[in-house]
Amino acid sequence: MGQTTLNIHPSAGSGGPTPPPHKDLYAKREQIYPKLAHGKFRLVKWVVMAVTLGVYYLLPWVRWDRGEGIPDQAVLADFQSEKFYFFFIEIWPQDIHFLAGLLILAALGLFLVTSLLGRVWCGYTCPQTVWTDLYIWVERAFEGDRAARMRLDKGKWTFNKAWRKLGKHTIWLIIAFWTGGAFILYWHDAPMVAQGWFTGEAPLSAYWFAGLLTLTTYFLAGWMREQVCTYMCPWPRIQAALTDEHALNVTYRYDRGEPRGPKRKSESWDERGDCIDCDQCVQVCPVGIDIRNGSQLECIHCALCIDACDQMMTKIGRPTGLIAYDTDVAVAARAAHQTPPRYRILRSRTVLYTVLISAIGVLMIWGLATKATIEANVLKDRSPPFVQLSDGNIQNGYTLKLVNKISEPRTMQVSITGIEGLSYSVIGMEHEGAEPIELPVEAHGVDRYRILISAPAGAGQRQVTITVKDTETGETDTNRASFRGPN
Amino acid sequence: MADEIKDIDDHSGIETTGHSWDGIKELNNPLPRWWLYVWYGTIIWAVVYMVFMPAIPALPGMGTNTTGLRNHSDRDLVAAAVADLKAARVEQSATLLEASLEEIETDRGLQQFALAMGESLFGDNCATCHGAGGRGAIGYPTLADDVWLWDGTLDGIEYTLRHGIRHEGDLDTRFSLMPSFGRDNLLSTDEIDDLTDYVLRVSGQEHDGEAADRVADLYQQQCASCHGVNGQGDRLQGAPNLTDQEWLFGGSRDAIYNTIYNARNSHMPAWQDRLDDASIKALAVYVHTLGGGE
Repeated sequence: MGQTTLNIHPSAGSGGPTPPPHKDLYAKREQIYPKLAHGKFRLVKWVVMAVTLGVYYLLPWVRWDRGEGIPDQAVLADFQSEKFYFFFIEIWPQDIHFLAGLLILAALGLFLVTSLLGRVWCGYTCPQTVWTDLYIWVERAFEGDRAARMRLDKGKWTFNKAWRKLGKHTIWLIIAFWTGGAFILYWHDAPMVAQGWFTGEAPLSAYWFAGLLTLTTYFLAGWMREQVCTYMCPWPRIQAALTDEHALNVTYRYDRGEPRGPKRKSESWDERGDCIDCDQCVQVCPVGIDIRNGSQLECIHCALCIDACDQMMTKIGRPTGLIAYDTDVAVAARAAHQTPPRYRILRSRTVLYTVLISAIGVLMIWGLATKATIEANVLKDRSPPFVQLSDGNIQNGYTLKLVNKISEPRTMQVSITGIEGLSYSVIGMEHEGAEPIELPVEAHGVDRYRILISAPAGAGQRQVTITVKDTETGETDTNRASFRGPN
Repeated sequence: MADEIKDIDDHSGIETTGHSWDGIKELNNPLPRWWLYVWYGTIIWAVVYMVFMPAIPALPGMGTNTTGLRNHSDRDLVAAAVADLKAARVEQSATLLEASLEEIETDRGLQQFALAMGESLFGDNCATCHGAGGRGAIGYPTLADDVWLWDGTLDGIEYTLRHGIRHEGDLDTRFSLMPSFGRDNLLSTDEIDDLTDYVLRVSGQEHDGEAADRVADLYQQQCASCHGVNGQGDRLQGAPNLTDQEWLFGGSRDAIYNTIYNARNSHMPAWQDRLDDASIKALAVYVHTLGGGE
């Protein structure tokens, strides 16, 4: 790939100084063969993987009864009828601000966790990490651990190599397909679309997205792996601004480890550090870095090097925790032979994030609890803005949209006020004058009515107030609309 | 080319293209491999495409463009989509045909369907003259107010839609003809001047009373048979009411004079040959709900 190199040498005449050696700016990716780690963090990662994947694959199958004619899927983004269902919560297009609130909460949650525990999101729960971990597990099952995999890749193509590779990619593709397939279950009734998918009756978009996510899963988790985190993901850049020297990060305690070096059993531990350069922390690393070089952009803080190091320390009879979750200030203090400060959970930024999260959370809960079940939207005709009637009155046309968010039909009383002497009629209904009119609204839906309001000619821009009231519960919604006339 | 001397760049050791601008040389680096493969891919794709899809336009002597193995035609796809839509609407169109116009307007489901259908049909066929939402224009009546030249009832609107106004070739079309009083020398320009004042007076505008008085008898003779003794118009003949403030061609002195001199007899096509019955019924309901239906 040397041909793609940029040539950025300064132009100089012949006879100048010796040109600098030609440097290749393109670094080819080096295949990483992470070794299997054993220990408590590995265990936590297995559990997190099981839980997150379990939720992802199974959640669409959970049922939640909502009454006649309404989908009974617990989590469903129903584009066809423009509704989002999440257990007892139902979001209509009119409630889209809840989605914004949810995204803000997610972002703040990520900020808070990052300032407390560094990149735990990256290390344990990010889909890229989880699926890559799953794919490496499959790879290990077919090709063996690190050393065996390296041997296999270096070796010639044999039947043994071929079936192992073939088996691995087959399982990868099956997992990828399940991943893409599970995704579409969130957008349609799961049992129906799952059956329809195989009988060719599912909507085209279901095939398209299932195929797309099959491919992205296969390539991102199978082939690209850590390159996604290092080159494609913006989060490593952002987190640099969010973490600080007080945050817990996976840290090599150089105060204890240095000076490092291989050690014979006969040698004494005096005058040297605990790190014996066994390279275990490097071998288990899924992003191929050496944690002993300090905090790095590539590091996803998966803590597998802690497991690897602890295992080795136990073996050689030294205390564990040479690599551990620690803060930069603590390590620096110990290196300077001072007492490390206690880890502080309460810092200005963690308090700020917590306060913000609580405030927005309370706002959203309050919003959800008091969410209106009726809503009136008034759309004024744009063309014509008004007409003059033969009796000299001015008439404006409106479309009234009545939203009923409960699963039973209701009757809504509409009254229109705001201009002296106005009268109105509703197309298709018997009504004259200015008395309130009762309009039926279908269950769990939106009804449109066309309303013509007329009023004596008057000066300036005027406004009408349209009040909609549920005749049984008394719940109301009020809307204002402009009333135009010749000026 | 063997005897051609290669120019090698000193710094990078890479051959140059021989091009030089102000001493800046262009290195002859090969194209990136991925780029090259994509380019080869597009060439293969182009060949495959030409085999399967219409690719070569109708050159002289060819008659038609190549259709390709897939026999693809966007025109056919549109026709098929339209046919599908019609098939999907068959059931609701059938109910529209069965129901009376009043039933369509008062039944919630039918009304919503008819209004949605009517709105799109109106936009495609009627809004060119009558304006969006039936706002009207000079010479094209406003459909959103309660002033009607012929008939503002549901049935009347449907009749107008079917047969048009002064539409040649439809014997049932709504028809009347105002004489061109000036152009055909039926009245002198002085008389037309005075009649203009008369019309201004019945519509309550600024006028010359004497002039209007002079032609009071002439109005009864020439105009009242259509526009009525008091100028209130006659729907049976599509003769406008002269006493209100609604003017199809303008209510100024000049516009009224012009109308009497030249006459105005505008046209509307008969739509029954162009639209199916369900569409005409939907349109009639839509127009009726615009603001002034009777």
